[in-house]
Amino acid sequence: MSKIQDKFKELKSKNEKALISYIMTGFPNENATLSIVRGLVKGGADILELGFPFSDPIADGPVIQNASTVSLNKGAKIEKFFKIVKKIRKETDIPLVLMTYTNVLYTHGYSAFMLKAKSAGIDGLILPDMSIEESKEYLKSAKKNNLDTIFLVSPNTKNDRLKKIAKASTGFLYLVAVFGTTGVQTKIHKYTIDAIKNAKKVVNRKLPLGIGFGVSTPVDVKKYVSAGVDAVIVGSANLKIIENTSSSKLQNKITEYTKKLKRSTRI
Amino acid sequence: MKIGMPKDGRFGDFGGKYIPETLVPAIEELEENYQKIKSDKSFQNELDYYLKNYAGRPTPLYFAKNLTNFAGGAKIYLKREDLLHGGAHKINNTLGQALLAKKMKKKRIIAETGAGQHGVATAMACSCLGLPSEVYMGYKDTVRQQQNVFRMDLLGCKVYPVKSGSQTLKDAINEAIRDWITNVDTTYYLLGSAVGPHPYPVMVRDFQSIIGKEIKKQMKNVPDTVIACVGGGSNAIGTFYPMIDDGVEMIGVEAAGKGLKTGKHSATLNAGKKGVLHGMMTYLLQDNDGQIKETHSISAGLDYPGVGPEHAFLKDVGKVEYKSATDSEVIDAFLTLTRTEGIIPALESAHAISHAIKIAKTKPKSDSIVVTLSGRGDKDIDIVKQYLRKNVKNSR
Repeated sequence: MSKIQDKFKELKSKNEKALISYIMTGFPNENATLSIVRGLVKGGADILELGFPFSDPIADGPVIQNASTVSLNKGAKIEKFFKIVKKIRKETDIPLVLMTYTNVLYTHGYSAFMLKAKSAGIDGLILPDMSIEESKEYLKSAKKNNLDTIFLVSPNTKNDRLKKIAKASTGFLYLVAVFGTTGVQTKIHKYTIDAIKNAKKVVNRKLPLGIGFGVSTPVDVKKYVSAGVDAVIVGSANLKIIENTSSSKLQNKITEYTKKLKRSTRI
Repeated sequence: MKIGMPKDGRFGDFGGKYIPETLVPAIEELEENYQKIKSDKSFQNELDYYLKNYAGRPTPLYFAKNLTNFAGGAKIYLKREDLLHGGAHKINNTLGQALLAKKMKKKRIIAETGAGQHGVATAMACSCLGLPSEVYMGYKDTVRQQQNVFRMDLLGCKVYPVKSGSQTLKDAINEAIRDWITNVDTTYYLLGSAVGPHPYPVMVRDFQSIIGKEIKKQMKNVPDTVIACVGGGSNAIGTFYPMIDDGVEMIGVEAAGKGLKTGKHSATLNAGKKGVLHGMMTYLLQDNDGQIKETHSISAGLDYPGVGPEHAFLKDVGKVEYKSATDSEVIDAFLTLTRTEGIIPALESAHAISHAIKIAKTKPKSDSIVVTLSGRGDKDIDIVKQYLRKNVKNSR
């Protein structure tokens, strides 16, 4: 069992859903990352999703695009990223998921990259531009390195395809809440609630279901939890706080906000 | 694998569909509809009608006598895509795809553009067929190609300047993809080059193949050599594909910018590495971490860090040779063609002209070289003016 799978089991026994908190590493700078992580852990995040920037993030909205650009301009490199992961690993046992784009892995070679990622302390991978059709080598390497492969599905994904994607996924299945890129949304669509119910039925409890893209408030979390998700993923909202808070207050602010979100995951 | 027939959307290792899941149903719908119209006589007749009566096909194949004398060697012919409506080969593809979008009952067309030629051709095809169009264009390109921005405005097309990243073609494509993800149900993405996820590279190639087919007919046979410029590579693949098994020497010319060694260029096939961008596996200009590099070319239309996956494949199997021309060589070729033949070429096409002049003298007079003159240069005269002012060049 992977760390991620263990975490879902543990939460189930506590009657809680998972809060997955996303941040972009190296945003606003490398030193802040560790402090933000501490804030998230203190606030009760169950799983951390660590973004590594890619120059052309087609699935991301303006907030994560900007964070990617800042991180790259400040010299983000994959070797540095692994060092940060190692530091985080020393402090906490929280499951760590890496979110980036296919080319970052492909360039280093899937296997070589994953070996390093695993030994640094990464537990799973999310690549929004990796489709199952192109995933053969990727899956093989991930299996060899005991990394969870978290695929994304969309409200317009047909059921037979949903089954195929669920089969290739480990850890959890990531349902994209909206037609659109990542970013703060103002409303919860009926089609999203329908998609959650449908995905739960199709996946048939074999795999936890997480929802992300536009999830930002405790109210959102509550609504999605009552619709049946096993995890909520909050990303751009964290980055917004990071953008707007001075560095001395940042850790506390992140902790407070995370606590509020986490409270809403308890049934 | 038979050359040109992708298996599972791939040309050898290249191509594929590396796309966010939200786009999968749209891509499947596109593929299905494209297969249908490919063999649909009435669609093809309608397209032929517009190509002939609206766009101005067939385009002439012109024997450039003066340029041939200037270069001194093989006979140089120009495939005059610059004479098409809109001033470039782009209309071959936009008419095809806009007609397809109409058949698919899509209500909204989006596109990206580099130099603005594809944007203008999209706006024209959409106006002609009664479809609304919106175009993403890198901010830097809107500045250096203002005339085309205004042309799109006049045509009733909405232009969005893209200020992210390098503010050029690559970023315009990113933004168009993001729009498509957001409006996937109603919107048709009319991609302008032979790039992107399958089936775009195949579809764009097929619509552009009219160039190569006409060349064969007009030459009564095949030429010894064909040359075309390569950014994404749509005019080149349209030129090469119909002759792919005919034993013709095929040369694609990339933008060497300020020189391959300076890093300031867009010569993907000459200096790139395999990777994944914009839904496809292909050669890319990237750093050791897989971050896409900023590119440079005097021609906005070639200023792109990737290349069509079929070109990547043709390079690897050795079917096509890919060379490059620097900004300064391109300006020389631009001036030479303008003065010898009275034809002002697009800076993109001037890359191909430059290489043709270079190699013509190494070939016997009995040989024939066809250069695809993909567009006219009116859009570039300000850039050329500025370049000449900065780099005092003696007129020949």
